[in-house]
Amino acid sequence: MSDFKALPDLLPPTSARGIVGWFRTNLFSSPINSILSLVGIYFAVSFLTPVLDWAVFSAVWTGEGNAACAEASGACWIFIGDRISIFAYGIYPPEEFWRLDVCFVLLALSFGPQFFDKFQYKVPLAMFSLTAFPVICYFLISGGSFGLVDVPTEKWGGLALTLMLAYVGIVAALPIGVVLALGRRSEMPVIRTFCIAFIELWRGVPLISVLFMSSVMLPLFLPDGMNFDKLLRALIGITMFQSAYMAEVIRGGLQAIPSGQYEAASAMGLGYWKQMRLVILPQALKLVIPGIVNTFIALFKDTTLVLIIGLLDILALVQSAIEDPAWRAVETEGYVFAAACFWVFCFSMSRYSQKLERKLHRGHKR
Amino acid sequence: MTDTKPAIEIKDMNKWYGDFHVLKDVNLTVAEGERIVICGPSGSGKSTMIRCINRLEEHQAGQIIVNGIELTEDLKRIDEVRKEVGMCFQHFNLFPHLTILENCTLGPIWVRKMPKKEAEDVAMHFLERVKIPEQADKYPGQLSGGQQQRVAIARSLCMNPKIMLFDEPTSALDPEMIKEVLDVMVELANEGMTMLCVTHEMGFAKMVADRVIFMDAGQIVEENNPHEFFDNPQNDRTKMFLSQIIGH
Repeated sequence: MSDFKALPDLLPPTSARGIVGWFRTNLFSSPINSILSLVGIYFAVSFLTPVLDWAVFSAVWTGEGNAACAEASGACWIFIGDRISIFAYGIYPPEEFWRLDVCFVLLALSFGPQFFDKFQYKVPLAMFSLTAFPVICYFLISGGSFGLVDVPTEKWGGLALTLMLAYVGIVAALPIGVVLALGRRSEMPVIRTFCIAFIELWRGVPLISVLFMSSVMLPLFLPDGMNFDKLLRALIGITMFQSAYMAEVIRGGLQAIPSGQYEAASAMGLGYWKQMRLVILPQALKLVIPGIVNTFIALFKDTTLVLIIGLLDILALVQSAIEDPAWRAVETEGYVFAAACFWVFCFSMSRYSQKLERKLHRGHKR
Repeated sequence: MTDTKPAIEIKDMNKWYGDFHVLKDVNLTVAEGERIVICGPSGSGKSTMIRCINRLEEHQAGQIIVNGIELTEDLKRIDEVRKEVGMCFQHFNLFPHLTILENCTLGPIWVRKMPKKEAEDVAMHFLERVKIPEQADKYPGQLSGGQQQRVAIARSLCMNPKIMLFDEPTSALDPEMIKEVLDVMVELANEGMTMLCVTHEMGFAKMVADRVIFMDAGQIVEENNPHEFFDNPQNDRTKMFLSQIIGH
């Protein structure tokens, strides 16, 4: 009997390493794969060349006014530059732009650091983002106190309005969704029936009709003299609508928690709310992070529908700007810019959710 | 012993799942410090019975009095009983999102209102007793089944229970891990804990049980001290069951 000796670790052969190895395994592993790769590369190049040419190489980046763009075959980005303040701030009084700027900066400061692993104060910062931040922004933007000029909500618009609608919708829909999801699983028939009715009602109607109802129909039913803000009505509509969706996403997570978890928590003597808060919801919410973020992203993009009730979000302002006869046709530039704005925010949310999922992964097995 | 009140009294208890009569006229009195092993074929109602004792299942007729408190619809009483009764499950049911230490401190902090530092000291004390203090900062998913079950026992003990219920604590474990869990349970029994244990570990029953109860079809068929129970079973049903589990 000889002793067992482990063989030394060797590097893989050159053909499986480095750039050559990568190309061989991923693109040219067989004749058919080679042909498919080449065809794919051909289509990618023939599509990207004109797009890049339009967006970058033949585009107009500097100059003043329509004249600079008149002869160009590429995109007229100076149009966007010319209108950027409208897109960002809407028809907010220009001398008060700084108030929105403060809010933008606060927004970046509240969420930017969450992307860095080394940042230590994530939880306090998140608490700030969810509580103090919206309040500060509300007082700053609406004014009327602390010596700030009052700016009525009719003047709110642009990217600021889009972010505001999405932010309030997200921050309010999540807790309401949690409560509705718990209610729908409640053993108390009255609560359960109410929650099912609420969820099915709001989920069963299009958002556009919710917004329309809130702005046109609701005032008809309210007593004379009682009228509340159009933006507020839209916000409530969006929040109700999204919390119904959120409730169903969260219910999916609740159903995935094995009954043993409820039993162990009960056997320990934890009451219902403590069970939910300490044991069930932390697990259920973690499970459905992709679904929750999916709903947030849908909500963010759905805010564009407010243009039908006359609120001027970024898309509404882009649409009206591209019709300006002083400029050559700039529809594409306008829509590409609006799309890019939405993409940046939605993609950030998506990246953040992936980060959160990895961070909360505990190598579970149940 | 006769003047002390019993730890658990079950009188003419009946339970139905819908129309299915799972427990029929169950009567059982457990004295303080008594160790009881309950066995029986699957579906005989043994798990259901011990789950009634901390009201994870509710009974529809008869009385259950735990530690002098009768179990009824009253949520306050249920909470009182649950504070004093610890339970270990077949599948451990540790909370996967919390560390081992957090699993053990959750009950003391939120139910017993113990300060965090003190709860952690208590938790470490019991984790040492089940011989895994070094795993305190890991998550349940990183531990073996035997280790998880020992944590589950420590978690129950942190609540300082007067009674411990075990619902098939070793039947989900790999064979080589059963012993480490049983060792902990034997130690606990030797310290005088009142224990009700649903298990098929007959060696364990012989070693620690004061009484062995055999259940079938929702009824208590036979109960006796382990010596008599294994060597001289009275009922034919018991004999058949014992021959089947000991026969191989």
